Amino acid sequence: MTQFKYVGESERRIDGLDKITGAARFVDDLEFGPNLLHAEVVESPYAHALIKRIDTSEAEKVPGVVRIVTGKDFPYRFGLYMQDRYIFPTDRVRFVGEQVAAVIARDTQTAKRAAKRVKVVYKELEPVLDLEKALKSDAVLVHLDLASYPRCPWFFPEAGTNIAHRRKTRKGDLEKGFQEADVIFEDTYTVPRYAHCAIEPHAIVGLYDLSGRLTLWSASQSPYTQRHVFAQALAPLGISHKDIRVVTPYVGGGFGGKAGVSMEIIGVALAAMVKGSPVKLRWSRAQEFYNTYQRQGVIARIKMGVKKDGTLTAIEHTLHWDAGAYVEYGANVVNAVGLSATGPYRIPNVKIDSVCVYTNLPPGGPYRGFGYSEFHFGLESHITAIAKKIGMDPVEFRKRNAIREGDTLAYGAKMNPSGLHEAIDKVAREIGWGKKEVSKDPHKSIGKGFACFWKAPAMPPNAASAAFTKFNEDGSVNISVSGMEIGQGYLTVMAQIAAEVLTVPPAKIRIEPPDTDRNAYEWQTVGSHVTWGCGNAVKAAALDMREKMFEVVHRVHGFAKDDLYLENEKVRCRTHPDFELAFKDFVISGIQTPKGNFIGGPILGSGIFMPEFTSALSDPETSQGGHPNVHYTVGAAAVTLEVDRETGKMKVLKATLAVDAGKAVNPDLVNSQIMGGMVQGLATVLHEDMRYDLKGKLLNANFTDYKIPTSMDIPKEVVPIIVEVPQPDGPYGARGVGEHTMIPAAAMVANAVEDAVGLRLKALPITAERMALALSGISFEDVKGAYMGFCFAGKADAYAFRTGGKKQK
Amino acid sequence: MRKQITLRLNDEPRTLEVQPNDILLDVLREKLGVKSPKIGCERGDCGACTILLDGKTVRSCLILAIEADGHEVMTVEGLSRGSLTPVQQALLEHNSFQCGFCAPGVVLAATELLGDNPHPTEQDVKEALSGNLCRCTGYQSIIEAIIDVQEKASKSL
Repeated sequence: MTQFKYVGESERRIDGLDKITGAARFVDDLEFGPNLLHAEVVESPYAHALIKRIDTSEAEKVPGVVRIVTGKDFPYRFGLYMQDRYIFPTDRVRFVGEQVAAVIARDTQTAKRAAKRVKVVYKELEPVLDLEKALKSDAVLVHLDLASYPRCPWFFPEAGTNIAHRRKTRKGDLEKGFQEADVIFEDTYTVPRYAHCAIEPHAIVGLYDLSGRLTLWSASQSPYTQRHVFAQALAPLGISHKDIRVVTPYVGGGFGGKAGVSMEIIGVALAAMVKGSPVKLRWSRAQEFYNTYQRQGVIARIKMGVKKDGTLTAIEHTLHWDAGAYVEYGANVVNAVGLSATGPYRIPNVKIDSVCVYTNLPPGGPYRGFGYSEFHFGLESHITAIAKKIGMDPVEFRKRNAIREGDTLAYGAKMNPSGLHEAIDKVAREIGWGKKEVSKDPHKSIGKGFACFWKAPAMPPNAASAAFTKFNEDGSVNISVSGMEIGQGYLTVMAQIAAEVLTVPPAKIRIEPPDTDRNAYEWQTVGSHVTWGCGNAVKAAALDMREKMFEVVHRVHGFAKDDLYLENEKVRCRTHPDFELAFKDFVISGIQTPKGNFIGGPILGSGIFMPEFTSALSDPETSQGGHPNVHYTVGAAAVTLEVDRETGKMKVLKATLAVDAGKAVNPDLVNSQIMGGMVQGLATVLHEDMRYDLKGKLLNANFTDYKIPTSMDIPKEVVPIIVEVPQPDGPYGARGVGEHTMIPAAAMVANAVEDAVGLRLKALPITAERMALALSGISFEDVKGAYMGFCFAGKADAYAFRTGGKKQK
Repeated sequence: MRKQITLRLNDEPRTLEVQPNDILLDVLREKLGVKSPKIGCERGDCGACTILLDGKTVRSCLILAIEADGHEVMTVEGLSRGSLTPVQQALLEHNSFQCGFCAPGVVLAATELLGDNPHPTEQDVKEALSGNLCRCTGYQSIIEAIIDVQEKASKSL
């Protein structure tokens, strides 16, 4: 096995000192001088209404107001995969909190005061707040002009309905699969909406300078994608890509919430209206909750067939997603799930319908896990339940059906190398699977729960990465890339990859957050793909630099390039062991010859990566024929959970998670992803509980009422486990792990609850309140009062899973 | 109606005029150029704006600038002028933070804790950090670093 010097080492974070000293700058920390303007938006109080009139006259009289902007100024749509969002809606609002106008003023207080004086006259419409009603053939429509929206070729909106997209995947013969089964088991699972809760709120500063140059300082995971979407949206104003520059300093947490474009488009539009003055828009905590993206709610029906020996024969998985008012990104979540909702199992006969439904709740979008956390809750709950039905141990059942390299995926492509079996074994051993634990407290029960997981990056087939590298006079290196450091340690990992090729220690490498004018292209930092995709580009750029160094040495000294190698920041030669040339002696100035002239010059590198083997083209009725996913990262997790049968309070005594990183470029950072992802995942089941009133208004848009974990709420013990089955096309075998670590959390807890107290809870979250009710035999739906967690207020078992509309099959 | 106030900010006397209703966090960031206290929730929930006021952690989004008149305010900028403090060094070595947005507040909360109690238990650390929300790390890497400070200190005795 090849020994690496920097790859595989727990190097100190490149950004550590910036963050520990307060030197790290986030968008809101940047200085723009006394001419900086501030903006405040005017928000819809209704989930669905027609805008009859907007009167800005009173607001304009407030001293210090510079400009008021409405949909009349910007009647444009935008979107990443489908242009269904409006910068400012012109005729109707579609969720509570949607921006209808914005006030630009000299200071924030003036902007806020004036925004309250903008009078908007609405005609309230019936909102779409129930999935069953949304899918009726005579449903109120959220978007009347759906068919006209430009979109990517793998979205299939159904005109005249609320269905924004439906992903259908068909493999084998479903009926035959169920006929072969000895046991067929069906159940329904619900997952409500969740909020990302990055501690840094979204913020953007825009400056449209007097020369027509538009610069945006944006808290974003996606500088290049933002520039592209901005350019598309502003094309009517004659502003194109070369005129737009997106600068993205450190980001205070993303989790998908700062992917693509959400509130930033407003900042762009406002900047365009006040030429010559920078203008800042920063979201409040409440706006973070209701006007960025939310994780979508879903109701899922799973029908599964299994033989007595534990072999899975068929799965029918139907998912109806509450995707909200605009789904330009959320529909891709629905799409990703529609391709992968078998989970990491070999199942010969598959029918998946993943249906993206417009509703009048805030827009759904990407959230760490991209739909996989949502469907794994049902799937992994169901797997444990069906294993028990045939009297088989749930871990044994999983091992029997776990996917292997070369297996045919639901959409026909082949499974990549994977360490799933190893992960299952290691997790089972770590959690002491099969050993029942008993609490000393007679009021408490202890249970164990197990879950597997998988996830692929959801990316278009042309999601490219690029890197520039250059040497400095002292032999140190600058790397220029446009992936985002959102906390995962991306900058450090890129430095380690370059270090490995160049033999330059990471401490001598500078790599910083990007600026689209200067840094190489990156599609965006989502899907846990940058270690893999951008890592390949950085490796290629470093190899390019190495090749150029060899070329210079070859020209001057005549050594064959094949005999040259790098060692400790020097070029060495296998046939001339005495030869060594330090980088610092030639990488800028070249090599002097006996004649006194210099050969060579500044050594620069460039590298790109394009996943050329992927394709999103497939049969829309079956999803067969394409290769939409590059690869899957897999793993397993388990929990030991204590349940207080009197209060319903639950305590995680131990959790463990194994993820197949391919190659952990920095094991400490992989472990950090496991620890952080585990706590974020546990929060979605044990703590967080998003509540809307029956008119679609979010009731708990703050950290007092929407509880994210504090340091007091973490498990007693989390054991991270790294599995390394190399990804053949990954840099040093690496693949991404960032999202995966929260995916199994909800299901493993539900499985542990059943093990502890014998109750199968099929709706998230499983808070102490709901646990206590369940233990008392009370149905939560009967007592919860007038609120909902997503667009379905009734009892899940009564949900019909019908879709109306024209294309019903 | 403006009022003149004087406070010691990171060991330097600063005098400025503020409105009576100016929030200390905004004044620190916009008028005094100190950017490490962050705006996260503006209602005292998240702890990103934590400062030390006369050595005690305070949510600077919850107090008025005039309340700091005559008092000492310390932010991470003031801690970091010389070499790193032991708690900063430990947090750095443990790769404790991810996005780092909560880091200034956490560093100050840990500084206060270790000042009051040089040998905290894990439970003490968890309680001291319970007002500083972190969405990235799951806290364990931060807790371990703070425990490590006292272990290193006792080894060097």
